[in-house]
Amino acid sequence: MTNISIEAPEAVRGQPYPGAPDNWKRFFTFSTDHKVIGIQYIVTSFFFFLIGGTLSMVMRGELITPDADLVDRTVYNALFTMHGSIMLFMWTFPVLVGLGNYLVPLMIGARDMAFPRLNAVSFWMVPVVGILMLASFLVPGGPSQSGWWAYPPVSLQNPTGNLLNGQVLWILAVAISGVSSIMGGVNFVTTIFKMRSPGMTWFRTPAFVWSVLAAQLIQLYGLPALTGGAIMLLLDLTIGTSFFTPERGGNPILYQHFFWFYSHPAVYVMILPAFGMFSEILPVHARKPLFGYRVIAASSILITVVSGLVWVHHMFASATPSWMRILFMVTSMLVAIPSGIKVFGWVATIWGGKIRFTTPMLFALGGISNWLFAGITGIFLASVPIDIHVNNTYFVVGHFHYVLYGAIVMGIYAGIYHWFPKMTGRMYYEGLGKLHFALTYLGTALTFLPMHPLGLMGMPRRVASYDLEFAYWNVIASIGGFLLGLSTLPFILNMVSSWIRGEKVGNNPWRAYGLEWLTSSPPTVENFEETPLVVSGPYGYGRNQPLVGNIPNPGLTEFPESLTQQQTS
Amino acid sequence: MKLRAILIMTVYAILVAMTSLWMAKQSYSWFPPEAAAEAKLLDDLFSLFTGLGTFIYLGVIGPFLYSLVFHRASKYDMSDGPPIEGNTWLEIVWTAVPLVLVLTLSFVSYRTYEKMAVRGPMELVHLHMPQMMQPAYAEPFDSKPQQEIQNAVETAPIEQIDVTAKQWAWIFHYPERDITSTELHLPVDRRVRFTLRSQDVLHGFYIPAFRLKQDVVPNHEIDFELTPVKTGTYRLRDSMFSGTYFAANQADVVVQPFNEYQQWLADAAAGLPTPAFNQAAFEYSRANEREGATKDKVAIRGWDTIPPASPPVVNYAPKHEPDSPPA
Ligand code: HEM
Ligand SMILES: [Cu+2]
Ligand SMILES: [Cu+2]
Repeated sequence: MTNISIEAPEAVRGQPYPGAPDNWKRFFTFSTDHKVIGIQYIVTSFFFFLIGGTLSMVMRGELITPDADLVDRTVYNALFTMHGSIMLFMWTFPVLVGLGNYLVPLMIGARDMAFPRLNAVSFWMVPVVGILMLASFLVPGGPSQSGWWAYPPVSLQNPTGNLLNGQVLWILAVAISGVSSIMGGVNFVTTIFKMRSPGMTWFRTPAFVWSVLAAQLIQLYGLPALTGGAIMLLLDLTIGTSFFTPERGGNPILYQHFFWFYSHPAVYVMILPAFGMFSEILPVHARKPLFGYRVIAASSILITVVSGLVWVHHMFASATPSWMRILFMVTSMLVAIPSGIKVFGWVATIWGGKIRFTTPMLFALGGISNWLFAGITGIFLASVPIDIHVNNTYFVVGHFHYVLYGAIVMGIYAGIYHWFPKMTGRMYYEGLGKLHFALTYLGTALTFLPMHPLGLMGMPRRVASYDLEFAYWNVIASIGGFLLGLSTLPFILNMVSSWIRGEKVGNNPWRAYGLEWLTSSPPTVENFEETPLVVSGPYGYGRNQPLVGNIPNPGLTEFPESLTQQQTS
Repeated sequence: MKLRAILIMTVYAILVAMTSLWMAKQSYSWFPPEAAAEAKLLDDLFSLFTGLGTFIYLGVIGPFLYSLVFHRASKYDMSDGPPIEGNTWLEIVWTAVPLVLVLTLSFVSYRTYEKMAVRGPMELVHLHMPQMMQPAYAEPFDSKPQQEIQNAVETAPIEQIDVTAKQWAWIFHYPERDITSTELHLPVDRRVRFTLRSQDVLHGFYIPAFRLKQDVVPNHEIDFELTPVKTGTYRLRDSMFSGTYFAANQADVVVQPFNEYQQWLADAAAGLPTPAFNQAAFEYSRANEREGATKDKVAIRGWDTIPPASPPVVNYAPKHEPDSPPA
């Protein structure tokens, strides 16, 4: 756990354990190398992203006509439940944990995560969760059909009477995913507190690391509530306890509090790392320091705190008393402040910079513009009277997809492109990347913008059929949805082909500040030959200052090579 | 140079302000008709949010796009931008201004909510602001809807209607005459009080033309008030996911002049209870009949479902699906 450098020079292309394979096969082993685990997370979750996306496309197929004519209503309900659950628990959470896993130790100059074995265990629970989710399509009665909230009493209704049913499998999957996330949270928090390089004080720690810390702290305080709620739900469902069953005196609203106490902050678990990546990527491709770095870093922690006090805004229309509605309206509005600070800081970062429209930069800029929009509709939703009208309508669906797809998925793509040369030593194809960006941006707007007017007109969410007046916008949204499906093809093509035969670009093709760019690409198992001694803060663009004292800072203090020139090291 | 920048900024600010005003006006057209006094209150509030939201959006996206267009690196320019790390004044301003803004929006929202008084007039009493603050924000908007609510509360006795939701039907009970119906009839310009009950799971009582909704919770009676102000036929939808036939759980809402409403009550009281049309029961029986095969059915068959309750037997029972006109 300490950073005392190990005297093993020939272990440069070393092994996490003796005899571990040193080729693609290592991704199929119980590797304890955080970089292998990071890529395992990313690739596994991307596979589930495709599955979740396929489900959404069937939904959009159903919704292209007003009648419920493509799939049975039970199937539609299963589709949106599994789409939402897979997208959150099998794609967004794990892919961000993967990126964090890959990047955090490199960015803080550590050799691995604090608990490498625990790290591997957390990862290997993810496929288990995925298999449970998919297996639920095969049990009698089909998968869970109660939405990703699984609100009782609907989630406790079990039409087949079978003990092994989709809802039980869903709860088990979510519980395992929660355990995996708690282990990940402990690991990240310990790593960030204990393993930063000498000289890396808090305000020399990159904004991405701050954001991961903020996100993982939320996991630690929030997940116990969700896990508790899930266990009670499971008991109600299987052995007939009555925590939430109204006909036996239980209280279904209580479940909503357990659920949202975690699940509201959970959206910040997802958006914070995306924010962190924006904060890393903009300075590199605009060649300016992150504007207001300290405030941006600290605002992440502020979000951790405030987002724990807003959960009832998801329950404004429940049996919530008026005083509670007003109180949580105010706290919800306040979350806009730290988020706003970040956006202003990003705009000021690119202002007057030397901007290059590389693919990661495009995705970061696109993500920020979408976040701006989603943040503003979020303030609408925080207002009690407005929410009373649009709650549980397509307005909300449009809002949260602008967050999830528009900002978070875009941020993830930005991160993958930006650090792709670090992970593989090769450059992706810029043309395909730009095509991918154009399709994604257009597709997001086409799919999710029309959902806002639909919601204002009064179209409820989670409906397999709708009234004629909603048809127009739904057709557009469906076309956009198929376009988004299409948009993943250039991405997959790009990743696969450039990983195999992309141009080799050396250690620091972006001429970026940051410890991760000082080591080889891909980094060796031990990450750094020598523990870096950090002597200045991140983002030292335009100041010609070294970042570390004891290793040469190639590409940082002078820039002789052109962007694309090949380096050998 | 400095002068030019100030000029450009002023022109842009004026353009943004004008666009925001236009959007605020435009926002009224995004909604169904304003059929309740509460709807007018909401639309005004929404318009304010739209105006301010547009202003913020354009205010941020303008400089953002400006630098994307004008601050690009030329192809062989390998240099860095100016090493500006921050600016304390700017940062204080862009923390303080949004703070004031969201607190104002909270306050205006609170006022609107208070005027709607959807949970009955008494409930908010302990939240009332000190009297001396009143003049400072006197009536930011048109006070007509509030007046309508006031009048309705004061001049006419409140109409009481019991609402029962179940999988998947709405039943409306008029206790004064002991009448049941699957269509909701309301007198115009009168305060109506609903008591919402659910027999099984959560449902959501939602009438978009009224901009109001309230979840219905089993074992829980919820009082809910509103004032319809426009005659016509509107749609009631279930807004809280309630299982298989959730999307089909709709009803018509007929707002009529008081005398017609009275007439309807009298007619319904004379009618014998008959089973109403029920979309869920209809689809369920069709899906389960052995004959008739796949025509008229979906392409992908589903799984077992909770069977719908049998069609409600009521005094007034339309024999068709809800057919309120498109909004
Ligand atoms: C091709 C892209 C996508 C399309 C076309 C799409 C479409 C949809 C649709 C039609 C719904 C049903 C809305 C409703 O009736 O409530 C839905 C729900 C949902 N989606 Fe997506 N979606 C996409 C991507 C995503 C992504 C990337 C995420 C997460 C990162 C996501 C998360 C969710 C969640 C959490 C729900 C709510 C499920 C529920 O109501 O229980 N979606 N989506
Ligand atoms: Cu359809
Ligand atoms: Cu929330």
